[in-house]
Amino acid sequence: MLSLKRIYLILFALGGASPLAGTDLPSTEEIHFFESKIRPLLAENCYRCHSASEKIRGGLVLDTRAGLRGGGDSGEVIVEGDPDASLLWATVSWADEDYQMPPKKKLSESAIQDIRKWILMGAPDPRKSDEIVVSREMDIETAREHWSFQSPKRSALPALKDQSWPRQDVDHFVLAKLEEKELEPASAAKPETILRRLNTDLIGLPPSPDDVAAFLREWQQDPEEAYNKKVDSLLESSHFGERWGRHWLDVARYAESSGKEINSTFPQAWRYRDYVIDAVNADKPYDEFIREQIAGDLLPAEDDDEWQEHLVATGFLALGPKGLNERDARQFASDLVDEQIDTISQAVLGLTVSCARCHDHKSDAIPTTDYYALAGIFHNTRTFFGTVNQGNTRRATNLLELPKDDPVSIRTYSRKEIAGLKTRLNEAETEFAELTRDRFRQRRSGEPQTQSANRRFQQLRSSTALMRSKLQSIDPKTGAMKALAMGTQDARSIRPTKVLIRGEVDKPGPEVERGFLEVLPHTAVSEKPAAAQSGRLELAEWLVSPNNPLTARVFVNRAWQHLFGRPLVSTPNDFGVSGSVPTHPELLDHLAVEFMEDGWSIKQLIGKLVRSQTYRMSSEFDSGNHKIDPSNEFHWRYTPRRLDAEAFRDALLHASGQLDTDRPLASPVGNLGDPGFGSRLRRSEDGGTSFEHRSIYLPMIRDALPQSLALFDAADPNLVTGTRESTSVPGQALYMMNNPFVIAQSRAFARRILNETQQPRDRVERAYQIAYGRAPSRRELASAQSYLRAFYKASNQGKSRRKLGQGRLALESFCQSLLASAEFRYIN
Amino acid sequence: MEQPRTLSRRDTLKSISSGFGYLAFSALAHQQAQAESGGRIDPLAPKNSHFPARAKRVIFLSMRGAPSHVDTFDYKPFLQKDDGKSGRSGRLSNRKLMGSPWSFSQHGKSGLWMSELLPGLARHADDLCMLHGMHTDVPNHPQAQIQMHTGSFQFVRPSLGAWTLYGLGTENADLPGFVALNPPAGSAQAFGSSFLPAVYQAARFGGSARRFRRRGNGGSAIPNIANPVLDRELQRMQLDFVQDLNRQQLARDKHQPEIEGMIESYELAFRMQDELPELMNVQDESEKTRELYGINGSDTDSFGRQCLLARRLSEAGVRFVELTHSNWDHHRNISTDLPARCGEIDKPIAGLLTDLKQRDLLKDTLVVWAGEFGRTPHSQGGDGRDHNNKGYTTWMAGGGVKGGFSYGSTDEHGYEAIVDKMHIHDWHATILHLLGMDHERLTFRHAGRDFRLTDVHGEVAKAILA
Repeated sequence: MLSLKRIYLILFALGGASPLAGTDLPSTEEIHFFESKIRPLLAENCYRCHSASEKIRGGLVLDTRAGLRGGGDSGEVIVEGDPDASLLWATVSWADEDYQMPPKKKLSESAIQDIRKWILMGAPDPRKSDEIVVSREMDIETAREHWSFQSPKRSALPALKDQSWPRQDVDHFVLAKLEEKELEPASAAKPETILRRLNTDLIGLPPSPDDVAAFLREWQQDPEEAYNKKVDSLLESSHFGERWGRHWLDVARYAESSGKEINSTFPQAWRYRDYVIDAVNADKPYDEFIREQIAGDLLPAEDDDEWQEHLVATGFLALGPKGLNERDARQFASDLVDEQIDTISQAVLGLTVSCARCHDHKSDAIPTTDYYALAGIFHNTRTFFGTVNQGNTRRATNLLELPKDDPVSIRTYSRKEIAGLKTRLNEAETEFAELTRDRFRQRRSGEPQTQSANRRFQQLRSSTALMRSKLQSIDPKTGAMKALAMGTQDARSIRPTKVLIRGEVDKPGPEVERGFLEVLPHTAVSEKPAAAQSGRLELAEWLVSPNNPLTARVFVNRAWQHLFGRPLVSTPNDFGVSGSVPTHPELLDHLAVEFMEDGWSIKQLIGKLVRSQTYRMSSEFDSGNHKIDPSNEFHWRYTPRRLDAEAFRDALLHASGQLDTDRPLASPVGNLGDPGFGSRLRRSEDGGTSFEHRSIYLPMIRDALPQSLALFDAADPNLVTGTRESTSVPGQALYMMNNPFVIAQSRAFARRILNETQQPRDRVERAYQIAYGRAPSRRELASAQSYLRAFYKASNQGKSRRKLGQGRLALESFCQSLLASAEFRYIN
Repeated sequence: MEQPRTLSRRDTLKSISSGFGYLAFSALAHQQAQAESGGRIDPLAPKNSHFPARAKRVIFLSMRGAPSHVDTFDYKPFLQKDDGKSGRSGRLSNRKLMGSPWSFSQHGKSGLWMSELLPGLARHADDLCMLHGMHTDVPNHPQAQIQMHTGSFQFVRPSLGAWTLYGLGTENADLPGFVALNPPAGSAQAFGSSFLPAVYQAARFGGSARRFRRRGNGGSAIPNIANPVLDRELQRMQLDFVQDLNRQQLARDKHQPEIEGMIESYELAFRMQDELPELMNVQDESEKTRELYGINGSDTDSFGRQCLLARRLSEAGVRFVELTHSNWDHHRNISTDLPARCGEIDKPIAGLLTDLKQRDLLKDTLVVWAGEFGRTPHSQGGDGRDHNNKGYTTWMAGGGVKGGFSYGSTDEHGYEAIVDKMHIHDWHATILHLLGMDHERLTFRHAGRDFRLTDVHGEVAKAILA
């Protein structure tokens, strides 16, 4: 139970100068009257049918101040100071024949008089906005005791029995736990194994046979130097950003279409993707990275380059799934803001703030008012995501025009093309105007409209909209596509925001001041949103404040997960009360503190982790350890892991020698044509066999991811994905056995081996080197040779196509087998 | 129910492979390995239901576009009587009530009222359990479709089929457990597994996957179902080699449940290549059966094929099959379009019910027919009806529901459900109940809380249980 003092504090913090809809705070006597007479009366007689937690009859909620003030379907129920004009009085006094409340039993005369008296007093109601629940169940002080709401603290390195094992601070924490649990750490991994692991984890690509050979040579000279050098060079590789940028895109629910019903394309979303890759490569400090994505448009910029980068970064807020056919503009705005809050809170804070849209958070101390305090910031933000109003799309917006032109134009239109487009638009507009007049005339005269005319009307409405939008996106002088981006700007004027009762747009409650989450300890000392701006800037600072107990923890936990296969907190998007507790709390804190001290450098963090002995352990199985810790929660070995969808497809292209490591210009999504109806957008291509860029550049259409991603548990961009699934379903097996892309890579792989070897007997060895980064054992060599012979013989008798000769076919099928095998698909 | 021919095919394959000296995959050895490894649980293995199930499987007939209830199953004498009068008060007051242009009569021993548009179904009146008190939250097609499938129109949630598979597993290891036939483009969310493991999402055949047929993926609507290069014998040889590599890896790793899963999925995939295309091919059904479903080149051909496929898949052990029939959105031209749509589904569904019955499958197969909402009793433009989510009709048959039964009702004109109202959450709770599952206990922990298909709602309509 919160003390009254506590309630005041919340009121004040939320309400600022005018806490609740212009009402003065009730006096102590008034509060006493309400608490002793009115609240019990309401609770006993009214809540059963009129409360947010039970039923809401007639749209009236009486267990919250906002509900009582907001009234119900029949309008307001209270006119302060005037009982005779108040519906509440009329109903409880049974004066009105139609409305008699409570319906079955009239209140006692004294109770009725109390209500009259109370209304005469001005109906003082000390309940915090609509949050009776807060004062009933939420105790912010107690809630703050939750582990993740405490500032992370550095603790002394724990004492160890075996002092020789650790290489990094990290190892002290891990080994201490192992010793405590009587687990024996695995031996160090072999150089081939660790190289493959390191390569995949840092740049998402396996090492080439030459990489392996060179590394082994250096390892023989000096293992430590060889390893450290490798770590450094991989951290500096431009592929590093393609790997770790993709991890961020999972939580940023990156996609190139609106999803939901219409699923219109976002042809400019790729700019955000490239921004993320570049930022990671440049080791942009994580706090700056977040700041730019939340408030890039409000940050100072030294030059156009920086300004451009900042604008593109805000694409983060604009990329989410959207119901573009929503008829109700308020509903759309409310859903858009909710999606933004949901993404930011899960991605950055590891909290599910969106739960508080309709009711107080069930487990965390996040009242609905906090949610709307955040919502106020985004309701005062304009989000630009493009698309075109046509067909059932009703909510299109403009895009941001970037300060700088693209160095290479994505598409340039000739004068003739532009003129043609203008002519066609003109014609279509003329016809559309005529049809509109006809329709109007027909409607007045009651003449029926023919179906074909209707269809034509709809067609023209769409095609004119599309052509207009296309013309607008072309620079009339040069004919080049303008450089446009998704992103945000502040609203032109800042407006107050209201709580929505149960999240319903037509049930506005009291106003709330923009702000942040009360439960986080640094909120009290953080700067509040400025009056003249949306407040995103202050929100960004609040998020990345070194006093924010969550942000650094949440990020280091994600990094840990990507390197060690399981996070320290097994619910990476939920650090709240219902989330998990860390397996190694001191380690998590240690990493978080150092991460901030190191200037939020992602590369330093990752470098530190991969240099640890913990990372360099082998994946050797030990049944004794397994009995104590079957899921390897305490890291007694390295957990073997399946390649994720992107790394797997990239590895296929890498083995076949077909991988194009350059970054493609823009995205194939731009070639899917104009933004269109959902029905027109079918499952987008794998790029067939022709798209040979890295998988991060594949088209990301919501609900229609390329097979190579969708089948292999890529992140669903409808959700903020903290941990991907790792499934083994027959669809994947069918893909590996029969998909033309896989067959094409197997073929290219075979061709490559033929080119790179002289003797047939060297082929198997070469194939093993390429696919597994190691030489085959004698048994494996023999088994492979016998397979090739048997296959050759059988294909000579079989009905298979033999255009390429059975020899080639046998080799291709052998290559495909290596690609389909567990060893290729797993890293140890 | 069990498929002896599957087993025999598996045996055949073993004998083919054993000729080459590679260790053939053995389900038995694998199970043993699994037992030794301390129990990685196959997520699709059959599981016990919470209590004895009335239905073992579901065939869900999804009518996209919201069929008119007052012209098909919900007989409203007052609507006929008040034809031409003003409709509901409020902003719709200028709309005129439109009595159904079609006559209704009573059918079967039960005397269920049905319109003349569905004569075939009318003969099954005593099998049908009418749910006249349906209502849903939003009168927009896409949202209501999603809500009908997942319970939520706002959030991405697992579909009913995915929950069913998660709760019960599947009976035929050679086939996917949840199949969506002819899914409309852009409907992935309706068949998705969301936060449930991906293995529970629907395998989608036909529909938008048709594109792959043109891409030369083996002439089938199922992606990657056939190999464009190797015949089965050579592929088996290749697969044996792959599995040999996999088992070597497993031996090196000593303990690797995921690789076991991979080995298993290769075998299922290989078997699916045989069984699925065969199952999907209705040519081997007798002329009589095909005619029963209306597979005869007429308007009933397309949906008839789907219905027949549904029976074949269900019979083969697929837990949840969903079919789609579109174009029920009759704002205009209801007088011609509604009879056309009804004509397309009437014979196929009647055929399905007859066929299930004669194979003794109807008793434990739950057939569900539903649109995403209903239509207004007043007319729109003289020859159409507008969206109405406040009251409409769905029906169920077989699987432990009362046949010839009518539950719930709308007001005298059919605007709003008033008696025994059934929200989508109640409907879901009831379907799960029929499958032997308690909707409050079928939970999955995600993002820190236990999720349910019915969120915090849902009441089982006990009255309809047989």
